[in-house]
Amino acid sequence: MSVVAEMPQNTTTPKLQQHDYPTLFEIGSKGLSAVSLSKSDVPAVDRKAAVPAELLADTTPALPEVGELDLVRHYKRLAHRCFSIDENFYPLGSCTMKYNPRINERAAAMGGFANAHPYQDDADAQGVLELLYRLRCDLAEIAGLPEVTLQPAAGAHGEMTGLMIINAYHRARGENRQTVLTPDSAHGTNPATCTVCGRASVSVKSLPNGRMDLDDLRAKTDNDTVALMITNPNTVGVFDETIADVAEILHAKGAQLYLDGANMNAILGITRPGDFGVDVMHYNTHKTFSTPHGCGGPGAGPVGVAEHLRPFLPVPQVVKKGDGTFAWCSDRPDTIGKVRSFMGQIGVLVRAYTYIRGLGSDGLRDVADKSVLAANYLAAKLKDRYPMPFPAPYAHEFITVPDFAGADEHDIAKRLIDHGIHPPTMSWPIHHCLMIEPTETESLRTLDRFVEVMLSIADEIESNPEVVRGAPHTTPVGRLDEVTASRKPNVRWRPE
Amino acid sequence: MRYTQFTDSDVKHMLSTIGVKSIDELFKPVPAGLRLKGALDIPSGLSELELLDDVGALAANNSPCCERVCFLGGGAYDHFIPTMVDSLAGQTEFLTAYTPYQAEASQGVLQLFYEFQTMICMLTGMEVANASLYEGATATAEAVTMATAITRRNKAIVVDNVHPDTLSVLKTYDRDRHVETVAVPAAGGVVDEAALRAALGKDTACVVIQSPNFYGCVERLDRIIPMIHEHGALAIVAADPLAGGVLKTPGEFDADLVVGEGQCLGIPLQYGGPYLGLLAGREKYLRKMPGRVVGVAEDAQGRRGFCLVLQAREQHIKRERATSNVCTNQGLMAIRASIYMAAMGRKGIAEVASQCFDKAHYAADQIASLDGYELAFDAPFFKEFAVRTTHDVPTVLASCRKRGIEAGVHLGRFGDRLNDCFVVAVTEKRTKAQIDDLVDALQDA
Repeated sequence: MSVVAEMPQNTTTPKLQQHDYPTLFEIGSKGLSAVSLSKSDVPAVDRKAAVPAELLADTTPALPEVGELDLVRHYKRLAHRCFSIDENFYPLGSCTMKYNPRINERAAAMGGFANAHPYQDDADAQGVLELLYRLRCDLAEIAGLPEVTLQPAAGAHGEMTGLMIINAYHRARGENRQTVLTPDSAHGTNPATCTVCGRASVSVKSLPNGRMDLDDLRAKTDNDTVALMITNPNTVGVFDETIADVAEILHAKGAQLYLDGANMNAILGITRPGDFGVDVMHYNTHKTFSTPHGCGGPGAGPVGVAEHLRPFLPVPQVVKKGDGTFAWCSDRPDTIGKVRSFMGQIGVLVRAYTYIRGLGSDGLRDVADKSVLAANYLAAKLKDRYPMPFPAPYAHEFITVPDFAGADEHDIAKRLIDHGIHPPTMSWPIHHCLMIEPTETESLRTLDRFVEVMLSIADEIESNPEVVRGAPHTTPVGRLDEVTASRKPNVRWRPE
Repeated sequence: MRYTQFTDSDVKHMLSTIGVKSIDELFKPVPAGLRLKGALDIPSGLSELELLDDVGALAANNSPCCERVCFLGGGAYDHFIPTMVDSLAGQTEFLTAYTPYQAEASQGVLQLFYEFQTMICMLTGMEVANASLYEGATATAEAVTMATAITRRNKAIVVDNVHPDTLSVLKTYDRDRHVETVAVPAAGGVVDEAALRAALGKDTACVVIQSPNFYGCVERLDRIIPMIHEHGALAIVAADPLAGGVLKTPGEFDADLVVGEGQCLGIPLQYGGPYLGLLAGREKYLRKMPGRVVGVAEDAQGRRGFCLVLQAREQHIKRERATSNVCTNQGLMAIRASIYMAAMGRKGIAEVASQCFDKAHYAADQIASLDGYELAFDAPFFKEFAVRTTHDVPTVLASCRKRGIEAGVHLGRFGDRLNDCFVVAVTEKRTKAQIDDLVDALQDA
C-alpha cells in the first residue's frame, strides 16, 4: 500500500520532503563570510597595551564560514520546512492564529520607529510617544479599565506584572495574602506565575458545563486570597455568565479578579472586562491584535488595571502633557518598578496600533462576530462525528473529545499535518481533547475544507487506522523520539 | 481595514447551518447587563491609504538617532546590519509560524534555533544555551532565579555598575520571590574587589557582573570569578556577545551562567524593543534553565530531526512547579541574530569586534586630549567608555545634536553620582571622519 498515493492534493507538503538538511556547521569552507565590511580607517590599537593580557582573546569564536549564496539557500530551505499562517490553516485553540496583516510589517519597519534609540530625547521621539499614548488609551477603552501599561514583554510577563501589582496593593493595605486561585482549566502560565511571584496556587473546580463551580470558589476564597486568575471566555470556549457573581465573591473578601486576556478575540466590543468586575488583565498582542507569532515571539503583554491599582503600575509611563506634547513619566511613588529594560516591545506595539486603528471600533466588533460565527459553524458541521462535551453556543473556540477505537487525538492532529493543516491544541484543558479555534480571518472555503478533512480522517480511522496512527507521512521526519532526546539532550552542535 | 472574508451570503449559510437567526444569538451567554452599550470609543476603521498616512505621520514625527551620527549606547547599539538579515529573516514562513511544538511541521525553525544555541555557546564560551528570553534584564533575573534554585541560597549580589535597568528589574522581581538582591558599589568604574569579598558569604547564591559594564569598562573576571567560587556561589556574567572577537569569553574564566542583550546581533534599535535575551551556561545546569531549548532527535526510521527538549521543565507541563513562567521566547529576534552570526561568520565577527575596539580607542584618545574632558575611569574598555567633563553635560549633548551628532548617553539620567559624565559608544559603523567631527563638536560645545 502506498501511503504517498493517498496524500491529498493542494497541500504545501511536497517541498517539505527533503531529508536531513545539513546544519550551518556542516557546510561552508574556512575563510568564507557572507558580508563585506568596510576597512577600518583608524590606527590599529596595540591590544596588549590597552587590555591586560589575561583578558585578551587568544583566538576568535569559531562561527560557521559560509558564502552568501549558500547561506541564502540554507535559510530558504529552513523556511520551507516550516508551517506558517501564510501557507497553512492553524485551527489552534487558545492561540488565535489569525492572519498577520502585511501593513503591520510595513508600519513597524518605518525608519522613524525602527531606527530610534531608547535613549534619544523625548523631543526627537514625539511620534512614537504619541502612538504609544494612543495605544495605551485604546487598550484601556477595549478593557473598560482606566489605565494600561505597555511595558511587559509577553503574555506571561504581563501576568507576572499584574500579579506583582496586586501583591503591591495588598501590601500597601498592610495585608500579606499568600494564595492565588486558578481554575483547573487555567493556562499553565497562571500557576507558574503564582510561583514566580512567591504565591501558592490553589485550583478551583469547574462544573460539567464548563463554568466555574461557585460553591468551590466560595469555599476557597478567604482573607488569604490574593486573587483569582481566570480566562473568560474560558479555556473550554464558553463565556462564563456567572462572572459577575465570581467577581462579587472575590471582592467581598478583598481579593482581586485577574483576567488572562488570551480569549479577548471573542468579546471585542461585545463586553469589557472592567465592566464585568475584572481588576487587572493582560492582553496578548500576538493573539488578539494580529502581531506575528514569529516562531514563538516576540510578543507583548500590555496590562490594564482598575482605578485602585493605578498607583502600582510599572514606570516609566507614556503621558500627554498639558502643552500637548508627550513624555515618559516616572513619578509614581508606589510603583512596582521596571519589569524589563527600556520601555517595551515597541516594534510589536506599533503593529498592534496599526491593527487596531485600521479596524477601528466597527472592525474590532466585526472580529468578535466573525470569530464566534466561524467557531460555531465548524462545531455544527463536526458535531456528528466529533463529540463535544460542552453545550453550544461557543465563543471563538470549542472542544471536542474524539471517541474512536482506532486512533487518538494525537493521531488525528498528526494526520492533519499531511493535509497541510496545523494540528489544533491537544489534550488540554481536558484529557484527550482537541481545541479548535478557526479565527475570523479564514474563508468559508477553508473552513469547509477543514471539515472535509476532519470527516475523511474519521472515515480513515475506521477503514485504515494504521495510516492515521503513523502520521505524518509527508514531512521531512516522522514522529520524533522526544523522550530519548530529552533524556540525553544534544542541544548544540560539536565537531565529530 | 477588514481582514475577514465571509460574504453576506456566507454568513446566512453559516447561521442556518448552526441553526440560529443572527450572530447576536451566539452571544446569548453574555448577560445583557454586561453587554457594552454602543460602540467602543475608538475611531472608525481606516482604509489602507488612510492608515499609512496616519502611521506614516507618527513615524515622520520622530527624528531617529540614525538621522544623525550615533554614538548612543547603554545597552542598545547602532551596529551594521547586513542586508541578508532583513531579507532572510523577513521570510513570512518565519514571521507567521507558531511556536514549534509540532516538530514535524517545524523542522526548519527547530534546526535554526539549534544553530542559534550553538553559535551563542561559541560567542560566550559556554556549553549550552537556550533558544532566547525576552531581553537582557529579564534574562538576568531568570539566571538569578536559576542560581538560587541550584545553590538553595537566596542572596544575589549585583555590582552596581551593571545596566541600571537590570538592577531595577532585579529589585522588582525580588519583592515577590523571596530573593534578596544586594548591590555592591563599584570603585573606579569597576568591581571593588575588596567590597565584593566582604559582601560574599555562605548565603550568597550568585554574583552578577556585567563585563564590559554599563560604563564600558572590562572587569577582571580572571580574579573575580575564582573569588566567587571560593564561596560556593555562582558567577553570572552579563556579556556583550560581540566582545569575544577581542576579549576572552566568560566561559574561559569559568563563569557558570552567561546572560546578555543580543540586540547587537542584527536587531534594529526599535526604540528599545523587541530585543533578545541571551542565556547560556554549564551543561550541568541545563535542566534548571528556563525557556525553550531545542535538541536533536531521531524518528522511527533513524532520520535526524530536531524538537523542543526538556519540556517537563516548562509551565505548560509542570504548571506551578515549572522552573519559570516564561512561555514565549523571542523567536524572530533569535532568527535575526542567527542569520547575523552566520552571515558574519568567524572572520566577520572578529573584524566587527576589532573595529569597535580600535575606533572606540581612537575616539577616547582624541576626546581625552581636549580641554575640559577626560576619561572617567582608567579601566580597559571595549566599544564604549565614560567621559567626564567640566562642562554641563546636557548642554554639551544638545550642542552636538544641533550639529547632527548624538554624542552619548548622560549618566546623570540614572542618578546624580555621575552627573558630570556621559558614555560614548563607538561601533564598527563609525568612520574616522565622524569621530573627528564628534571631537570637534565636543571642543566647540
